Amino acid sequence: MKLNRKWLNEEFVDLRHVSDKAFAETLTVFGQKVETCQRLDADIRNVVVGKVLSIVRHEDSDHMWICQVDVGQEAPVQIVTGAQNVRQGDLVPTALHNSWLPGGVHITKGKLRGVQSNGMLCSFAELGLTQHDLPDACADGIWILNGEDCKPGDDINLVIGNDDTVVDFEITNNRPDCYSIIGLAREAAAAFGMKMKHHEPVVKGSDAGDVYNYLDVEVPATELCNRYSSRMVANVKVGPSPKWLRQRLRVNGVRPINNIVDITNYVMLEYGQPMHAFDYRYVSSGKIVVREAEAGETLVTLDGTVRELKPGMLVIADDNKPIGLAGIMGGENSEIVADTTMVVFESANFNGTSIRQTALALGMRTEASGKFEKNLDPMMTIPAVQRACELVELLGCGDVLEGTIDVINHVPEEHTLPLECDKINRLLGTNISKEDMIRYLNLLEIPVEGDTILVPSFRPDLNLMADIAEEIGRSYGYNEIPTTSFKNSTQGGYSPEMLLEAKAGTLCRGMGYSEIITYSFVSPGIFDQIRLSADSPLRNALQIQNPLGEDTSIMRTIALPSMLEILSRNNAYHNKEVKLYELAKIYLPAAGQTLPEEPKMLVLGTYGAGETFFTLKGELEAFFSGLRLRKPAYTAVSDNPSFHPGRCAKLTIDGTEVGVMGQIHPLVAGNYGIDTDVYCAEINFTKLLDFRLPDASYTPLPKYPTVWRDLSVICAEAVTVAQAEDTITAAAGKLLRSVKLFDIYRGAGVPQGKKSMAFSLELRADDRTLTDADSESVITKVLDALKEKLDASLR
Amino acid sequence: MKEQLEQIKRNALASLEAAATPAALEELRVKLLGKKGELTAVLKQMGKLSPEERPVMGQLANSVRASIETKLEERKSAIHAAALEAKLAAEAIDVTIPGKAVPLGHQHPMNQVLQQIKDIFVGLGYQVVDGPEVELASYNFTRLNIEEGHPSRDRSDTFYFDDGDTVLLRTQTSPMQIRFMENHKPPFCMLAPGRVFRKDEADATHSPMFHQIEGLVVDEHITMGDLKGALITMMQGIYGTESAMRFRPHHFPFTEPSCEMDMQCHKCHGTGEINGQVCSTCHGEGWIELLGAGMVHPEVLKNCGIDPEKYSGFAFGMGLERMAMGRLKINDLRLIFDNDVRFLNQF
Repeated sequence: MKLNRKWLNEEFVDLRHVSDKAFAETLTVFGQKVETCQRLDADIRNVVVGKVLSIVRHEDSDHMWICQVDVGQEAPVQIVTGAQNVRQGDLVPTALHNSWLPGGVHITKGKLRGVQSNGMLCSFAELGLTQHDLPDACADGIWILNGEDCKPGDDINLVIGNDDTVVDFEITNNRPDCYSIIGLAREAAAAFGMKMKHHEPVVKGSDAGDVYNYLDVEVPATELCNRYSSRMVANVKVGPSPKWLRQRLRVNGVRPINNIVDITNYVMLEYGQPMHAFDYRYVSSGKIVVREAEAGETLVTLDGTVRELKPGMLVIADDNKPIGLAGIMGGENSEIVADTTMVVFESANFNGTSIRQTALALGMRTEASGKFEKNLDPMMTIPAVQRACELVELLGCGDVLEGTIDVINHVPEEHTLPLECDKINRLLGTNISKEDMIRYLNLLEIPVEGDTILVPSFRPDLNLMADIAEEIGRSYGYNEIPTTSFKNSTQGGYSPEMLLEAKAGTLCRGMGYSEIITYSFVSPGIFDQIRLSADSPLRNALQIQNPLGEDTSIMRTIALPSMLEILSRNNAYHNKEVKLYELAKIYLPAAGQTLPEEPKMLVLGTYGAGETFFTLKGELEAFFSGLRLRKPAYTAVSDNPSFHPGRCAKLTIDGTEVGVMGQIHPLVAGNYGIDTDVYCAEINFTKLLDFRLPDASYTPLPKYPTVWRDLSVICAEAVTVAQAEDTITAAAGKLLRSVKLFDIYRGAGVPQGKKSMAFSLELRADDRTLTDADSESVITKVLDALKEKLDASLR
Repeated sequence: MKEQLEQIKRNALASLEAAATPAALEELRVKLLGKKGELTAVLKQMGKLSPEERPVMGQLANSVRASIETKLEERKSAIHAAALEAKLAAEAIDVTIPGKAVPLGHQHPMNQVLQQIKDIFVGLGYQVVDGPEVELASYNFTRLNIEEGHPSRDRSDTFYFDDGDTVLLRTQTSPMQIRFMENHKPPFCMLAPGRVFRKDEADATHSPMFHQIEGLVVDEHITMGDLKGALITMMQGIYGTESAMRFRPHHFPFTEPSCEMDMQCHKCHGTGEINGQVCSTCHGEGWIELLGAGMVHPEVLKNCGIDPEKYSGFAFGMGLERMAMGRLKINDLRLIFDNDVRFLNQF
């Protein structure tokens, strides 16, 4: 919401002595945050009023003129102009040497066809103005200032009305009253501890007749229209508004149109009450009906657009057609035009949500709808329409009819609140006296009688003690409230899952993986991209009904695709040797529950030189051991469509599947545009919490020496390391402490179709030193078992 | 004989001095001191000496042996030292060759900042909690005092999963206030960081998914002064104790009184300009918005079964992205979710 300080100073509270910076800071800490604070004369510098003393033709040009211009200095200034509307004696805007115009245009002296020109005469467009601001000025030529109250040498900013500052406020939703000059004046006055001036509109009236003889208002849409107030003006003379009014509109960003429309806009700025003016000629049968639109109805709005209306949208209609979109924009069919003679002023209060939703549905948020959607004060309609009629009389542009039509459906009841000084001080942590509290409230124009606060209708946000405490607190000054520290006896900390997460992250980074953060919502296309079968339960994902786009329309049920997308992006960026991890939620619809399950997944993804299935597996093994989790079993999986059928394993602990790892299927990698081997693991991190090992406790170190025995056996290709290890472990008995594969060999000395596996066995007894005979006996048992179970024999 | 001995000594010391390898030394040792060595040969003649001469010559012989042995040891270590020196010289390397790379991963910059914030709050007695991202409208809005028809509930702002607009992607971490208060009795200090979602197209300053950190404190007699004290302590923990802070009134449906907290711009020191130019860090405002906060609205306490006559508290919420971007000087929000390793590895 914009406020120009000149208007504020002239009409409501004189704060001329306050600098722009101090004004903005004071209002900001008072609760009306200033977004920007802009001096209007900042763009135009060193441009003055000049009087053309003489004008002669440029000898070397058929259109240029050489002017001698009095700019209030001792000697006149010579300026060459190409404009044809300048006459001797005219007052004109003169940009002197080294002057600045809007848009950063810099004017300096120079020669035009050999003749010295020490500046430039300006058109109004060159000064940032439009024909709307200056209805009488010539558009293609120099702006002639003869009618203006100015003399040579005056700063042109004074003529334009740029000796002003426009302050733009961020208004919070709870303060619809501040979407007006009066509302902001009230805040400004209170912030500086001053009383603001109020003006009660006075309408003299005329003998042009009575509104009830001309107009009938019906409001069947009682829930959407709280109040509809209306007055009429006859003998209207449509024309431009006076300069003071046009200037106030212009600096507040409103385009002047004609006196009647300008009056409605002026009142909207001043009171915050949007108004509309209808040409009475086109209000069929003199009847205004405020109703919901009927299906199939259309309306051409003032911007010339055909609007398709739907039930639920509130319209202003006459007895047979809509003539305005309530609270948003009027209809072209009842627009004020040059020959309008009779005008209906509408000052109404509409349901904010309805206006907002209609504006949204039609994609046409206007100044008026933006105000209405905040739920305005219904008590404002009458003062606003009175003010409009007063301005009609002031401008002499019509005769106001007697009477005011006022249809009331809902207006707020007067309500009061107790002034609870102790509670307020206790909540704020202050010691403010009752007198000060009353003074603060009165400055905000909130009356207090004894211990009772009479809440004004323009402050619907004041409903309980805490609301009053905020008013007192901000008046006292938030920054003046003593800063205290409460004693807290609570114990801070993280949940076990968070602690495990933090540790997991540290481990992953230690192994070279960098963390990524990806969107929770994904494209439904991911399922095909990772080759998930059509009947996979993972395809049952939560659908966002109003997504930003298809690509972000479902909640992910699997985290792998997000990783693949990021790997793909890094590959496209030519980043080599990439290792990434993400700890993030997936969203699994759960039968019988409104909300989904949101387990956390750990995804590892990598590509680049040196990466293999076994580097990833080794990292996972380190991960499980580092987090003190039970060791998972790795079982070959050939039917996971996203992974290489021969290079994929599922991880299970106690029969519970906790994850999958392996090389991404080349077709899937291809779907992501990756032409190199990619290795990924997706671990259900939430499930891992169930598999934490008990806290470590000390096991005595061995007293007797360890015997290491290495063993190479030749067996069929199909025999797995896990089978061999299991067989060795089962056969060796309790002297075996560990068995570890250290080599697999194929080639010379090993028959075709077979392989040699070499294991290192750790043997030890707790009560004695092992003899050769002891270890030999273990080895014999192991070899016998390998032969019998796996047809493997010593190499 | 004395002559002989001294001759042996002189020759021995000279040849030992000349020996250059361990093998040559060994050869000399055998030659000089061995059973068939020169010294032994001389000593064998001792029997021929008179009883008076014998001890004198014996002493001399021993001293010669000792000299030779000492010299032998001396040469041995000298030769070893020279050999080691030569070996080490041969083993010299170019120490400027880069070390064997140990790839270290990087924590995402946002989570680095989050971790720091969490640690500060844990130190102040806050319990960190997590909660659902797919949330009920009643938690995200209704019980936070955000009535039906409020603009933030619009489908243009909030992602919904059902026709009745009852299940949504949480638009703020504030529903964690309700969830926590449902299950805990005061006094408590809670911190709930997490993902939130709003219907904004991704650009340099917007993202449909971002992160907030919610805080909530409820106890008897908590005041606005306590809110100020706690927030200043926390923010100075993050931004340094010399940071100047201010509070401004603001509006949130679930706190009253409400405020926003600003930090004085560290670049322009609150002046809004640097060398006559608008300060690019605070855009000329002189202050940088840090967070929104307020005293928990009595209706919200009531909605969670906490008696607002007995208890009061404060809540605050801050955007993690803005904080991280400010601290790490990241100028485009999209970088955060792009996950380019060239970006990630900078932090």
